[in-house]
Amino acid sequence: MLKGHQSWVFENKPVILGTATVVGPFEGRGPLAKDFSIIHGDSMLEEASWEKAEKVLIEEAAKLAIENAGLTKEQVQFYVGGDLMNQIISSSFAARTLSIPYLGVFGACSTSMESLAIASMIVNSGSAHYTLAGTCSHNASVEKQFRYPTEYGSQKPPTAQYTVTGAGAAIVSDKGEGPVVTSATIGRVIDMGITDPFNMGAAMAPAAVDTMEAHFRDLNIQPGHYDLIVTGDLSKVGYEIACELLKKHNIPMQQTVYKDCGMMIYDYDTQMVQSGASGCGCSAVVTYGHLLNRMRKGELKRMLVVATGALLSPLSFQQGESIPCIAHAVSIEAGRNIS
Amino acid sequence: MANKKKEKLTPTQQEYQELAQRIQPRRPVLKNCIRAFIAGGVLCLIGQAVQEMFVHWVGFTEKTAADPTVAVMILISVILTSLGVYDKLAQWSGAGTAVPVTGFANSMASAAIEHRSEGIVLGIGGQMFKIAGPVIVFGTVAAFIVGILTWVFQGGGGS
Repeated sequence: MLKGHQSWVFENKPVILGTATVVGPFEGRGPLAKDFSIIHGDSMLEEASWEKAEKVLIEEAAKLAIENAGLTKEQVQFYVGGDLMNQIISSSFAARTLSIPYLGVFGACSTSMESLAIASMIVNSGSAHYTLAGTCSHNASVEKQFRYPTEYGSQKPPTAQYTVTGAGAAIVSDKGEGPVVTSATIGRVIDMGITDPFNMGAAMAPAAVDTMEAHFRDLNIQPGHYDLIVTGDLSKVGYEIACELLKKHNIPMQQTVYKDCGMMIYDYDTQMVQSGASGCGCSAVVTYGHLLNRMRKGELKRMLVVATGALLSPLSFQQGESIPCIAHAVSIEAGRNIS
Repeated sequence: MANKKKEKLTPTQQEYQELAQRIQPRRPVLKNCIRAFIAGGVLCLIGQAVQEMFVHWVGFTEKTAADPTVAVMILISVILTSLGVYDKLAQWSGAGTAVPVTGFANSMASAAIEHRSEGIVLGIGGQMFKIAGPVIVFGTVAAFIVGILTWVFQGGGGS
């Protein structure tokens, strides 16, 4: 149901029945390691290319999420997913393997919440009983497509972010036990004229703030409504800018705990990640792994995940275009049957 | 250039970029310069040592030792690239590891490794000069211009 200008309230409370997260070795050395379902020891996953490895990540996450929900893939009606590769090939290949009717979506790193919002809307409207939402990214395939060859010796500035190798998937259902999706706010494209692809945090921060403001306005709530608000992958630089902007816009964030997924997945002291993490996989594995685990344990009652995406293409930034950015927010609450 | 860029931005964008610039960390230029100086110097020292070895142990002259020295440096760089070490060294040393021989070899080897999955001809062949290509193109252009200038100042005669 539409609420306000750009938000949906899911009155039937779609349930996140099962989730799964699959990550690479570098993420496995980070502080959230115990929250991931599978940690691979080889970032190539014994495949012939980075792209194939990325496809395997999302395939495994999807299959495991279906299994964790106690379903078979024939029971899942739709798969909503996307990734960072050109023409979202990883998700399309995974959809080929899964042979679940598929809606490909692209929102760069915001795809995690974009797909969850759409999957929840499908279930909420009664158009499906079970829908799969999933997304993935691979550090090396992203470096190869957007930046330089992975082994090329170039120095990254302190504003650069490290793309997460990982995939997260969730099954959204109209019945069962688990955390429920209560609302979603679809973001506008915001472009503040940042052109440096090594500074995505600064590019995306205004989009995150815009979506958060819209969410509070549309639902007529305050940040204090949530125990935790997380942004997708702003990392240190973007997070600090977002805090400053929120203060400037008089949004009382002190009522709640505000964090960023990009600052949670790696250990800054021992892992060389500059500003922090990014990528579709970042908000997906942190949300579907760490945060939902916390919610299932009863540590969190209500949270808002604001996944941020930089909608640039390798061609657009070479032609000097600025980086258009977007953010989608989804609120998740602990279900009634959760202690 | 910077002002021209600024003119295209709306006042809100300008205001935001000022805010962002205030918060985001700058590249540590001085630290990078010192590290580049040390790393570049060490690389050249290794090169010099290799050259001395060729002169003293293998019997090359100072002039003829240059070719095998360059070959050894290329080999070292390509091996380090293949082992996944060169990019980590480069993050520390910045421009220091971009010094011509080893940096150039790294740019070609890394592109060749990366695009091997697209095949030998279109992948390795087509993409190997992805980063090194511009250096060759503009190096040739610069050599051409310098050549003409030399010719003009030497009075248009032959050598």
